Amino acid sequence: MQTPEQIKSLIEQNVPGAQIELVPNGSPGGPASILIDSDHALAATTFLRDAEELAFDFASNATGIDWPERVIKEKNKVKKMVDGVEKEVEEITEKKTPAFLETVYHLYSMSLSTGPLVLRLRTGDRGQNNHLPSLTPVWRSCEFQEREIFDLFGIVFDGHPDLRRILMWDGFKDHPMRKDYVEPDDYEYEPTPHDDVLEKAQRHYAQEATV
Amino acid sequence: MTALAEPPVMHEAPPSGTIWRLAEDRSSFAGPTDDRAGGLPDHDLLEVALGPHHPSTHGVFRMDVVLDGEEVVRLKPVFGYLHRNHEKIAEKNSYLAAIPYTDRLDYICSMTNNWAYVMTVEKLTGFQPPERAEYIRVIVGELTRLFNHACLVGFLLQDMGALGTPLMYAFREREKILDLFESLSGARMMCNYMRFGGVRCDLPDGWIEEAKQVVAEFPRFLDEFEALLTGNEILLVRSQGIGVLSKELAVNAGVTGPMLRASGVGYDLRKVDKYSIYPRFNFRIPLGQHGDVFDRYMIRLLEMRESLSILKQALDTIPAGPIVDPKAKQRGLRPKAGEAYGRIEAPKGELGFYVVSDGSPNPYRFRIRPPSLINLTVLEDMCLGHTIADVVIILGSVDIVLGEVDR
Repeated sequence: MQTPEQIKSLIEQNVPGAQIELVPNGSPGGPASILIDSDHALAATTFLRDAEELAFDFASNATGIDWPERVIKEKNKVKKMVDGVEKEVEEITEKKTPAFLETVYHLYSMSLSTGPLVLRLRTGDRGQNNHLPSLTPVWRSCEFQEREIFDLFGIVFDGHPDLRRILMWDGFKDHPMRKDYVEPDDYEYEPTPHDDVLEKAQRHYAQEATV
Repeated sequence: MTALAEPPVMHEAPPSGTIWRLAEDRSSFAGPTDDRAGGLPDHDLLEVALGPHHPSTHGVFRMDVVLDGEEVVRLKPVFGYLHRNHEKIAEKNSYLAAIPYTDRLDYICSMTNNWAYVMTVEKLTGFQPPERAEYIRVIVGELTRLFNHACLVGFLLQDMGALGTPLMYAFREREKILDLFESLSGARMMCNYMRFGGVRCDLPDGWIEEAKQVVAEFPRFLDEFEALLTGNEILLVRSQGIGVLSKELAVNAGVTGPMLRASGVGYDLRKVDKYSIYPRFNFRIPLGQHGDVFDRYMIRLLEMRESLSILKQALDTIPAGPIVDPKAKQRGLRPKAGEAYGRIEAPKGELGFYVVSDGSPNPYRFRIRPPSLINLTVLEDMCLGHTIADVVIILGSVDIVLGEVDR
């Protein structure tokens, strides 16, 4: 099978204007993934499916990941002059990464027995810009999985034929798999509350007093 | 004198844009679409909620079916009755604490669920299970496949109207394997047996002899089962040509496992991915020709015979040695930041786990690729044009467990 770098250049040759980045993977032997901009996602995935040398006819897994705004600390050793002597000093730099939602697709080829190719799409942010193109027109296997991502992460898939909640009920608000999801206050009476149960009880009684 | 009232309309055509939106626009789907799905007929239709407590739905599962006479013109599966957000629970707990939860996914096959998860974490961390552990995993995995397929055939026959007997025959064999699991792990169904880089405990004394005995007796049950059922006229009439699934649609819709192979696609992860030690064993992959209910029934029977052949080879050649990788860490495991996707050929299809680590003691993202849910994508396509009695059989031939569908 082609390496992710080769597949990247193949897409760039065949889908004009597609912007593709490689996302490295820290696990031993894990393949790097390909990040495609959402405007060219449909054209690029159709190419991946139909190109004879790639033939990714089977989208095994589709899922979402929630990335709230994070601060990444990086340690760098810098040479500095301290009291006239050159010394190595550790400097910690903080980098902020913007918040976004991400979908991950694992593609395989049944006809060539190759794979996986890990495909990523990212939204603009976690608020209003939470739209991504649906890949259900390319691979039908994404139908229920994209509904699940919509349900649990709140990513809206444009072009999905039947985008409804799938696991939670229709009247449900919020998206439970997001990292900042707050559980409902479903308190049950506990005669001897302790530790985190006590905390929960105190929170509950405080809420009840205000209602 | 009052005028006679108009006869009540049973059901108006489903409103477009709300529940039945899919029906209006199937052209946007990939893969071939059924011609019957073009539009709804003009006359009155009847909408029936099949489930969630219908015995043939194999759990709490609902299908909203629109009927034209007795013929299905629309079918929408409704999920979520057993949803407890297993993924969120696993993301709040440590890596080790997720293993017993995986037992509850497909609660019939807890061993293969364990296996898929620990294999993914092994990919993430680089642990190498020793040879004996791999043998034990293959043995319990194939035993699981044996009784899963036997029970599925029993349930399918139950749905066809052969009440009790075939299912009880299958359960009798399942009991023998569950006894083996009990002496091995202490539990019959929720085994919680595999660990990162190996298995939890070694085989007890005499276990291999008992397992050999079970494996040696199993073909007799299969022969008896087949003599009773496979040539049966009622079974043939009810299952042949029913719920046909084409090759192209099966591949595009991500159908995996025996259902895919019944449609004639030779894709078995034991051969394709060559995971664990499967390349050492001699076995064949049965394929169907028509992709109907009968082929799905036959594929299971043939796969059981191949599993028996793997089991015989594995039980004869299992080596002595350690059962856990000495480098493996169970408690307080903190893999380096990264991600891994592991998948195995579970009895129901491709069971995948996708774990993302950010270096903390619990997974940042924990995702299960449930074969049961994704195999249901094509349920409507298979059922259109058949009667409601066939819907029950078609669903039975998919082989779902709701613990895995709803997670």
